[in-house]
Amino acid sequence: MSEEFRPDILGIFCRWCSYSAADLAGVSRMKMPPTTKVVRVMCSSRADPVFALGALLIGADGVLVAGCAPGDCHYKTGNYQTRRRYALVEKIFDTLGLDNRRLKLVWIPASEGAKVKRVVTAMTESLQEAGPNPTRAEMFI
Amino acid sequence: MPEKFKFAFMPSASCGGCEIAIVDIDEVILKVAELADIVYWPTVLDFKDKDLEAIPDGGVTVGFYNGAVRNTHDVYHAKLMRQKSQVLVAFGACAQMGGIPSLGNFWTTEEIAHRMYDTVPSVVNPEGTRPQTTFDAPEGELTLPRAMERSYALDQVVDVDYYLPGCPPQVKWIVAAVEAVASGELPPKGTVIAGTKAVCDECPRERSEEKQITEFKRIHLVENDPEKCLLEQGIMCCGPATRDGCEAACVVAGQGCRGCFGPTDNVNDMGAKLASAIASLVIADTQEEADRVLGQLDDPAGYFYRFGLAKSMLGVQRGERKDDDE
Repeated sequence: MSEEFRPDILGIFCRWCSYSAADLAGVSRMKMPPTTKVVRVMCSSRADPVFALGALLIGADGVLVAGCAPGDCHYKTGNYQTRRRYALVEKIFDTLGLDNRRLKLVWIPASEGAKVKRVVTAMTESLQEAGPNPTRAEMFI
Repeated sequence: MPEKFKFAFMPSASCGGCEIAIVDIDEVILKVAELADIVYWPTVLDFKDKDLEAIPDGGVTVGFYNGAVRNTHDVYHAKLMRQKSQVLVAFGACAQMGGIPSLGNFWTTEEIAHRMYDTVPSVVNPEGTRPQTTFDAPEGELTLPRAMERSYALDQVVDVDYYLPGCPPQVKWIVAAVEAVASGELPPKGTVIAGTKAVCDECPRERSEEKQITEFKRIHLVENDPEKCLLEQGIMCCGPATRDGCEAACVVAGQGCRGCFGPTDNVNDMGAKLASAIASLVIADTQEEADRVLGQLDDPAGYFYRFGLAKSMLGVQRGERKDDDE
């Protein structure tokens, strides 16, 4: 068990919903794998695909972008933009032969600390299945 | 009379369009001839490597290198040009950021060779013959350069002073570069000799405050309105993330911008930026709708990285890196 691979996940969470939810999960003392390092942004649409790609290229095993549920965006349409961007980035990933499991976009309402736990656990497990990020070993810039 | 400048033009992994652009400067070529001797230009006259080798180091005032660095001979050429030139200019999109040849970085060299020599419908090659880098001829051993595992932009191989972007570079910027050399007032090293804003700033087409895309259409399937923004008409255009300076030539002609001038000053990964810009213009409030609209874009990776894959953060490909690749 101690030898199990522990992925490094960059979390980019929106300040209004997902980060509050992560906070809630914290104060509720929910147990989840310590894999996700969260960066707080004002809106998930701030999570430029460039950040996600950059993180993967310098060796993060996965990137988890989280925002308000559709319809609940603090800025009304920010999360719609995020969704479209990542839909496009997924297609680019396919062309480049990158693993789509490494990039995940989820909606976490502020009241759902349990969903943070669920998402982080699920992503950790799927990345354990996928193994370490091969970018640095297999690809070069 | 003061000593004339010496220019050299080096083609490598390129289509020849950059060289045509040089001739395209019309009567200014006379001014160039007045100003400088062209000491090396193999596309036009029968120059060989040894002619460039014979020039003393730093003997070329300005060296123009066009094309990407794709094979080992290109690496030699790039290094030789650097050694001989006081000022080295990456001439054209391929030298600046990899260009069309760098689209090959989506695949390994082996995959490309397999396609070319085995599976192309017009190829019959049951013995699996492949080009070799050496051949024993009766006269002695003949050698050919090896295609490297990926292609590179010029500045990934040698130090580059200036960049003249474009596919091909625009006449007015070539003239500007020549005039800068003539006047001795050279811009700071690393300058991209072109505009500093985005193509949209120069574009004469009318656009509404809020661009909205509800559908992507292939250019040949619709008749586009010559007055309106192409993106608003659903035609893919790289204008929002591409450097200006071309006076939006393609867009004026009714063709979406292809991004040959490369990213603007503040953008480090053109494809990702473009993906982000285009996606935010799409009107789609559900996941299905977003998937449907964006699904209409054929090969977005190829489109967004058409000229810039070698220089992209994702200028990556899979496979083992060979030691002698630069």
